[in-house]
Amino acid sequence: MSVTILIATLLVLSAVGYWLGRARALLAASVGTERLNSLPGYYGYYVAIWCGLPALLLVAVWLVIEPQVIHAIVVNGLPESARNLDPARLGMLLNDVRNLAVGGFVGRTVDADLQAAADRYSLLNAIGLAAMSVAALAAAIAGLTLARRRIEPELRARAGVEATIKVALIVCSAVAIITTVGIVLSLIFEAGRFFARVSPLEFLFGLVWSPQIALRADQVGAAGLFGAVPLFVGTLLISFIAMCVAMPVGLFAAIYTAEYAHPRARAIIKPVLEILAGVPTVVYGFFAALTVAPFFRSLGEGVGLQISSESALAAGIVMGVMIIPFVSSLSDDVITAVPQSMREGSYGLGGTQSETIRKVILPAALPGIVGGFLLAISRAVGETMIVVMAAGLAANLSANPLDAVTTVTVQIVTLLVGDQEFDSPKTLAAFALGLVLFCVTLVLNVIALHIVNKYREQYE
Amino acid sequence: MSSGSAATPNRQPATGAHPASAAVTASLKRRYAAERRFRLYGLLAVVFAGLSLAVLVFTIMRTGLPAFSTTMVRLPVSIAPQIIDPAGTRASQTLSGADYQKVIRDALGDLFPDVTTRGQRRELFSMLSPGGAYRLRDRVMADPALIGTRIEMLIPLADDIDQYAKGHIEASSRGIDTRISEDQAQWFARLKARGMIESVFNTTLFTAADSRSPELAGIWGALVGSFWTMAVTLVLSFPLAVGAAIYLEEFAPKNRWTQVIEVNINNLAAVPSIVFGLLGLAVFLNFFGLPRSAPLVGGMVLALITLPTIIIASRAALKAVPPSIREAALGVGASQLQCVFHHVVPLALPGMLTGTIIGMAQALGETAPLLMIGMVAFIVDIPSGPLDPATVMPVQIYLWSDSPERAFVERASAAIVILLGFLVLMNVLAVVLRKRFERKW
Repeated sequence: MSVTILIATLLVLSAVGYWLGRARALLAASVGTERLNSLPGYYGYYVAIWCGLPALLLVAVWLVIEPQVIHAIVVNGLPESARNLDPARLGMLLNDVRNLAVGGFVGRTVDADLQAAADRYSLLNAIGLAAMSVAALAAAIAGLTLARRRIEPELRARAGVEATIKVALIVCSAVAIITTVGIVLSLIFEAGRFFARVSPLEFLFGLVWSPQIALRADQVGAAGLFGAVPLFVGTLLISFIAMCVAMPVGLFAAIYTAEYAHPRARAIIKPVLEILAGVPTVVYGFFAALTVAPFFRSLGEGVGLQISSESALAAGIVMGVMIIPFVSSLSDDVITAVPQSMREGSYGLGGTQSETIRKVILPAALPGIVGGFLLAISRAVGETMIVVMAAGLAANLSANPLDAVTTVTVQIVTLLVGDQEFDSPKTLAAFALGLVLFCVTLVLNVIALHIVNKYREQYE
Repeated sequence: MSSGSAATPNRQPATGAHPASAAVTASLKRRYAAERRFRLYGLLAVVFAGLSLAVLVFTIMRTGLPAFSTTMVRLPVSIAPQIIDPAGTRASQTLSGADYQKVIRDALGDLFPDVTTRGQRRELFSMLSPGGAYRLRDRVMADPALIGTRIEMLIPLADDIDQYAKGHIEASSRGIDTRISEDQAQWFARLKARGMIESVFNTTLFTAADSRSPELAGIWGALVGSFWTMAVTLVLSFPLAVGAAIYLEEFAPKNRWTQVIEVNINNLAAVPSIVFGLLGLAVFLNFFGLPRSAPLVGGMVLALITLPTIIIASRAALKAVPPSIREAALGVGASQLQCVFHHVVPLALPGMLTGTIIGMAQALGETAPLLMIGMVAFIVDIPSGPLDPATVMPVQIYLWSDSPERAFVERASAAIVILLGFLVLMNVLAVVLRKRFERKW
């Protein structure tokens, strides 16, 4: 891998730059009468940054841009017939060109045009790599010599180095913003392409979800098959079942650990809940699909009930178990934050402990607990693996917990796994569902975090 | 606190007391009953949570532990030169392409001279796993002198026979859903009576990647894939998160911009992970054209997911460093940056590392976003770098548990046992780190 070697070379050059800069600063200080403005090491860092940073940035930008340029040149070199293909097929053709160039598997007969394109592709890649190496090394050496020449005792090296580090820190903290912007933009862009084909009203209020059929290009009325209401209902049903388990159990577990449990019992209960929280969701999914669902089905057969083997009940209950630690740790924090004086006031009036909890502590902690519940709901709505493994694929519009229902996240996964065609409404629908999911969880989170913060301020 | 303080029984009221006190006494019984009930609910909730964990661990252990052993048959194999190397050249190309399966089949067929019809012989041979041929080939290629000799070797049995040997499936006469016939069961019993059946430790599970045949499938490929993915995640998320935490905690002015960043980080922590997968698909794969199924992309997506966790933990660690440290450093003439990097960060480092380990544990169990970027492909090669197609442990578990074959489900449980082992190890490490370096100021 030549890019790795190039980057390693640049780093070595920077290290050399550090020693050169430091040595030159020490020399300048020893011959002249002036004292150094900064510690000698800062002159070294100064040179190292000038040597390494521009070159590495150049490499990064080059690596992003180069594939696009090569892509365009290769496409231009293709025969007329190939250039007029639709984007999806052109993409497959280019994929084959790339595979042919690197000696991979090619899914079609290799003709002269394809071979020529592949040769051009390898050549361009080689040229690109060579040009990048030369440019990066030239930038590094130029930076090194220029920065080294500028070194003299009165150069404010520390200020320069510190300013660079500060900028780097700001860039780090901006990554969070960039991520959010990236999520919003990519979802909106792809969902926009979807809504150009399927009306948003159909999507939000249609009652039939059947994306498979719309794959046929001549399908009439494909738009009507993207009605997401069954998915929303299924998601709500499973989340509701989950919350029915998680809310009471989580809250009571929190009350017990915070108010009743002996410190020694607390030292056991808390880690158990933490382990429950640390189990990966795929493990819960496995448990739901292979243990809980068959158990419910045979239970139903025992009492003469028809329970689907992908019932919402099994997925919901296991999801509830997954969320218990989440609810209990949030509620625990809130309950312990209630000032001790309020408890003592209640005891002084003769209240029993449970009366104190029910009539004093819970009302005082209510906003925080509600915030925690909202966060838990948003977790349940966005949870994927449990439902992918234990809930159904068919979109039944049903509120019966014994039926198989499907959810938004299940459909996102089924629409996108395996299929690579990026222009059909089928794959784009996943982004529209993702957008809905993102908006719903965002609203829940914002409200919940707002409530929790407000509550925290109240008692601080 | 204990319940005793609040539930101290009242003294019996004196006769002829105030009527209100009589009413209180009468209601006490009810109130104490309510108290006990309430306490019981709490206890039940805790017991329910604990029981769920116990059932979960128990069922996974019960299905998973058998996968650590596998059933093999010890066959006397005569390595006939006319099959392996008719020309007698011992050229490695001839040796690697030879029909070892036939040699092994002959060895088994010799044990059952009564099985003669074509259909029955096919049934008999289907009891063997194709893995036996690979083992024999490796042995012969390592030592060509074996050709023409008769050696005893362990040949793995097909997954259905293995499941039958472990008592998970039953033999039955021909039907649609039987996986093992009565004849096969009877032959198996005869082999067993001769003492040729052995249950050995399943080394394939730890050395192989995925395979179509359960008895040849292992988790090594997924483990290596997880390793590369985690390496990319760590390299990206740790410096970025620590940098962001240092800026927000030590340098950022309290203004709108930093407030936006803070709200943003808290929200990102609660965005469903599958949405990050959509981001990875739309931006990393479709926009930047990075390869599908590569640990590099998986690591980038997971880095974004763990970023908020590590930032929040690192900020808490920085906040815990007392201001006196900063004031002392600034007082002796350090610049703000020197103060932070020479004094504050080293003191906060254990806390930051603890947060990082917890974030990495979260990333190690993450599945959904990796499905979006194509890490669900069926991959039989062990990845040798972050750009090779790979799968990771949780995705492998998902793939196997979806399979109709019980042997794969068993392997999925075994993979879960190993994954949980890693997670426990990481969490213990985090706790030890916290205990060891925790400082009370």
